[in-house]
Amino acid sequence: MSSAMANSTYFHPPDLPPTALHFIDAAIASFHKLPGSAIALRYIRSSYQDDPVRSLVELFLFIFAVRYLLAPAYSTKRSKNVPLTEDEIDELVEDWTPEPLTSEETAFERVENEKRPVIVGPAGPKAKLAGSGRTVTNLGNYNHYNFAANPELIGKGISTVRTYGVGPCSPPGFYGTQDVHMKSEADIAAHIGMPACIIYAQSFSTISSMLPAFSKRGDVIVADKAVNFPIRKGLQISRSQVRWYEHNNMADLERVLQRVVKEGQGKPLTRRFIVTEGLFECVGDMVDLPKVVELKLKYKFRLILDETWSYGILGRTGRGATEQQNVDPMQVDMIVGGLAGALASGGGFCASTNEVVEHQRLSAAAYTYSAALPALLATTASETVALLQEQPQLIQTLRENTKAMRAQLDPRSEWIRCTSAPENPVLILVLKDQHIEDRKLSIADQEALLQDAVEEALANGVLVTRLKSPPMAVGTSAKEAQREWRPRPGIKVCVTTGLSRKETEAAGKVVRHAITSMMKGRKWQKGTLVAATPSAAAAA
Amino acid sequence: MPIRTLNPFATAAPTPSPIPEILSEKDSIHIETREVVAPKKGFRPRFNIPFVASTPKAPRVVEITTPQTRLEPPAIPAFRPPSPQIPTLSLPTINLTTATGEKSKMEENTKPLTLFQPPTPTEAKRIAKQHAAFGPLGSKQHLYTSQFSGTEFPEPIEDEPPYYYLITTYISYLVLIIFGHVRDFFGKRFKPENYKHLRARDGYAPLYSDFDNFYIRRLQLRINDCFRRPVTGVPGRFITLLDRTSDDFNLSFKLTGTTTETLNMSSYNYLGFAQADGECADAAEQCMRKYGISFCSSRADIGTSDLHLDVEKLVANFVGKEAATIHSMGFVTNASVFPALVGKGCLLISDQLNHASIRFGARISGSVIDMFKHNDMTDLERVLRERISQGQPRTHRPWRKILVAVEGLYSMEGTMCNLPGLVALKKKYKFALYVDEAHSIGALGPRGRGVCDYFGIDPHEIDILMGTFTKSFGANGGYICASKAIVDKIRVTNAGTIFGETPTPAVLTQIATSLKIIAGDTAPGQGEERLQRLAFNSRYLRLGLKRLGFIVYGHDDSPIIPLMLYHPAKIPAFSHEMLKRKISVVVVGYPATPLISSRVRLCVSAAHTKDDLDRLLAACDQAGDVLQLKFSSGIAGGAEPPIEDELAATKSANLQSCLEVGEQLTPPRWRLADIIKRGVQDVKQPLY
Ligand SMILES: Cc1ncc(COP(=O)(O)O)c(C=O)c1O
Repeated sequence: MSSAMANSTYFHPPDLPPTALHFIDAAIASFHKLPGSAIALRYIRSSYQDDPVRSLVELFLFIFAVRYLLAPAYSTKRSKNVPLTEDEIDELVEDWTPEPLTSEETAFERVENEKRPVIVGPAGPKAKLAGSGRTVTNLGNYNHYNFAANPELIGKGISTVRTYGVGPCSPPGFYGTQDVHMKSEADIAAHIGMPACIIYAQSFSTISSMLPAFSKRGDVIVADKAVNFPIRKGLQISRSQVRWYEHNNMADLERVLQRVVKEGQGKPLTRRFIVTEGLFECVGDMVDLPKVVELKLKYKFRLILDETWSYGILGRTGRGATEQQNVDPMQVDMIVGGLAGALASGGGFCASTNEVVEHQRLSAAAYTYSAALPALLATTASETVALLQEQPQLIQTLRENTKAMRAQLDPRSEWIRCTSAPENPVLILVLKDQHIEDRKLSIADQEALLQDAVEEALANGVLVTRLKSPPMAVGTSAKEAQREWRPRPGIKVCVTTGLSRKETEAAGKVVRHAITSMMKGRKWQKGTLVAATPSAAAAA
Repeated sequence: MPIRTLNPFATAAPTPSPIPEILSEKDSIHIETREVVAPKKGFRPRFNIPFVASTPKAPRVVEITTPQTRLEPPAIPAFRPPSPQIPTLSLPTINLTTATGEKSKMEENTKPLTLFQPPTPTEAKRIAKQHAAFGPLGSKQHLYTSQFSGTEFPEPIEDEPPYYYLITTYISYLVLIIFGHVRDFFGKRFKPENYKHLRARDGYAPLYSDFDNFYIRRLQLRINDCFRRPVTGVPGRFITLLDRTSDDFNLSFKLTGTTTETLNMSSYNYLGFAQADGECADAAEQCMRKYGISFCSSRADIGTSDLHLDVEKLVANFVGKEAATIHSMGFVTNASVFPALVGKGCLLISDQLNHASIRFGARISGSVIDMFKHNDMTDLERVLRERISQGQPRTHRPWRKILVAVEGLYSMEGTMCNLPGLVALKKKYKFALYVDEAHSIGALGPRGRGVCDYFGIDPHEIDILMGTFTKSFGANGGYICASKAIVDKIRVTNAGTIFGETPTPAVLTQIATSLKIIAGDTAPGQGEERLQRLAFNSRYLRLGLKRLGFIVYGHDDSPIIPLMLYHPAKIPAFSHEMLKRKISVVVVGYPATPLISSRVRLCVSAAHTKDDLDRLLAACDQAGDVLQLKFSSGIAGGAEPPIEDELAATKSANLQSCLEVGEQLTPPRWRLADIIKRGVQDVKQPLY
């Protein structure tokens, strides 16, 4: 810098405008705070004595450079500000009244809060309800193999608590990685058939942290329209460009992939991902994995498969969609799964290559900045993964129960159909299109109707739940809310091996009758929509 | 060195049996050394670590290799009177056990007079295991109550090292970066296979950018052995590391099969509830027998049990709010609650150093985000005035809501939020206040109820109090406390409740039991002792470090003590020096901290005894000399007292005048022995 400027000593800076002077003052003040500024000052002082003009020019250029670098930050913010006096600001502060931090509960929300079932004691296949004290058949949780009450697992869990205590009290990076975590990671990786695996402390947080660790601004993610809520949040955080394709529509996926490739031509290559689920949380159906893999290879995308609802369920030994559809897991780039459902443990995982896993250990927020999974849940996960491999008949029994349950519902009820895949023990029941049309049921109506059906079933001793729709962001306008993809209102029936086939069938019948009696009841007849309370519009 | 073969992959379930052995080896020494020296007179602050004079390793090995022979002679009493102030022999059970939670058992099978009978080897082992998780209280003197008094909350004084260190720090990074680039330059040409993952490959863009990866590849890899050290057993007073080696320069590690038990200065185990026995573990066991392992559902589906409701009630009572809602992960609590509170048209003002989870939640919420300088109330006021007066960007409509989010205790800085200042600003500017008490709940305040308790501020002044159970309570998960209206609304609009898995029975019981202990409902006296021990330990260690001449950050009562290292090369060096002395510490550098302020973060626990802290001080003293870390100027306290006796009252006043006059302070460089001698009494004075 100095030599270049030495030639330009003939250049005399014009008188500085007051703003520039102010800027110099500010710059000097902050400069003094900088470490090492003493040396720089000494240098300037001596050079000033040698050649004051040169120093001035240097300074001017330096300031110009600084100002130039800072310019964008300044121009966007300051220039748009309305200049105000202190008194005016005081007045505006005085006048400003904030809205309450949260809006009123809507009627529907209040019902949800009041009617939320509370279980006393273990949440087994037969559960006791608080309040009434009744014991009901529990088809509401993901305890598909009834591992939660397995005495052997409990014994191992207890001995883990007696060795490790309950919480690990540290994030994994700082002495929170216990041998049991390393063991579960190795066990899961071996089960799936991937080289490495990383365990997160909560299933829900796994994919929403893992996606932004890889996909950044400028990258492209092609996602199924029906992906679950955590994936959506991950997409949002990643700030990548998101393209949607119609749910499970492979032709549409190909079309979108082609478009992305075409648009990317001639531009620098960016990372491209396809995100989809093994079993869809909101719909229940299964991905066509061979086709997705074929397309991903053809168009050179990386595939992120969320197996939160299919790991431990699909395949002969519960490895998930890859085993079910005979796909080499290595063809899927990253497999994300959950341990909190069928495996009766807690946390989630991502299985992939070593590089991918190690990268997450440093850059996936929910792993790096959160405490590790409690040791007892890590041992439980190891144990249940082993159980599934040792006793594949467990999975077989679950399938049979699922089939028995389904037979009670799908072809049999004239009002609903089941959107889940036949292997999925979570049966999602939605109202048939024809009835929705006939009775002109809005989304909110359907939710309320199904809520009534859930209560009716509970009154008859069977606990099921409604498929919950994701919360709307605060301040979403009605227009925006309409544009957003919403899962179809439905009832979730979760089958478990903890019940015999007979019990399962009986429970299925109760659910079917509950729906029928709602559809036939007076309240929900055409044109007499009494209880309709909009929930989607309640976001504000 | 305690060595045992441990292969975590050998059996399906962890075998609890080997652990007590290890622990007992360690702690038998502890008991033994105590007894040898203690008889002198009453209680004397004493330093019992063998590496004072000779090389750090050798003497320890000698001691540890012969534990059994030392353990067996029945002459060694397993219990010593916990405090010299208690004269009779019949009392101690209660005191000793309040903190270890063995009260009921003890009273069943030992009559008071048999207290001093020699323990059987199994009994000794059991006690040793307990003490490895939670050290016995050495003296009643080692207690203190943390509470803020006064009106104006002072900013902690941040000392700075001489410029020489700052410049050399920059130069070190420069050298590292240049070297890294040179190695990359040649590496990419001669060993392209190592860089495959950074280059586009048959049509796939690289998964990581070369630029982002540079830091990890060239800087962090060098010190990778200081991070993610695998552990086993309880992360209590001691923590057992699985030894590992690397023969590819930290790219991968192999477990050697041996373990090292170290003093644990790394876990967020503030109140020492990380225990495998005692009330909490007993209750957790019982609960698991009854409730099983998991509820396998989310809260909104059918993951709500009577346990959840009980814990929510307990938490709300403890925090002093109307209602509470709990989640199975602290991170998700933050990540999902912000979108339920603020959104479009709202402004979220966040402290610059807020935790990643708050930033995660803020980004999902879609509200406008602004930041203010860490703990700087003037800057916050500036931001508020500007933002309120200007309204929303472009439209200039008034903001719908403004939420200010701060943390109670900052985990990298050791600073507390200026709650009195925030509450005063809140009154004037009408914003809503969100305090993340992840680290402060349980750890601060005379009753352990967080920053409100510490400052004596009514919790109702704060709209939302969030916290986690991961730290002080030794469990997992997080909570939100607020008015009933807010909590009820959050329950239905917050994704964490709707989709996140519900906390498991064992975790809930751990939370409930530890809360009850802190509140004094279970095992009365134990909670108070834990709180006071933590407060004492925090101040004692901080004062000791200041007097040794280290630069430490943060407020005096904070159990998090960051000790500044500055140079990148000192990060691994310090960690290794400590590991050599069997102490595990957390070192952090860029990018978790600003480039120059690499540091080691010491987390104090109620489980530590004063002897443990003395051992740490000695280790720091030596490491500080070897690594040239003692560069405090004295402005942050720790100076030599002017005259022996009148220090307490005059010290701070003196310092004040010194600062005003600009007089030269003598940098504190105390001798270790003096620090230990004076520590216990001086700690109860203002530290600066
Ligand atoms: C301020 C703050 N908030 C939230 C969290 C997250 O808590 P958890 O570890 O329970 O996920 C942490 C943990 O490090 C924290 O420091």
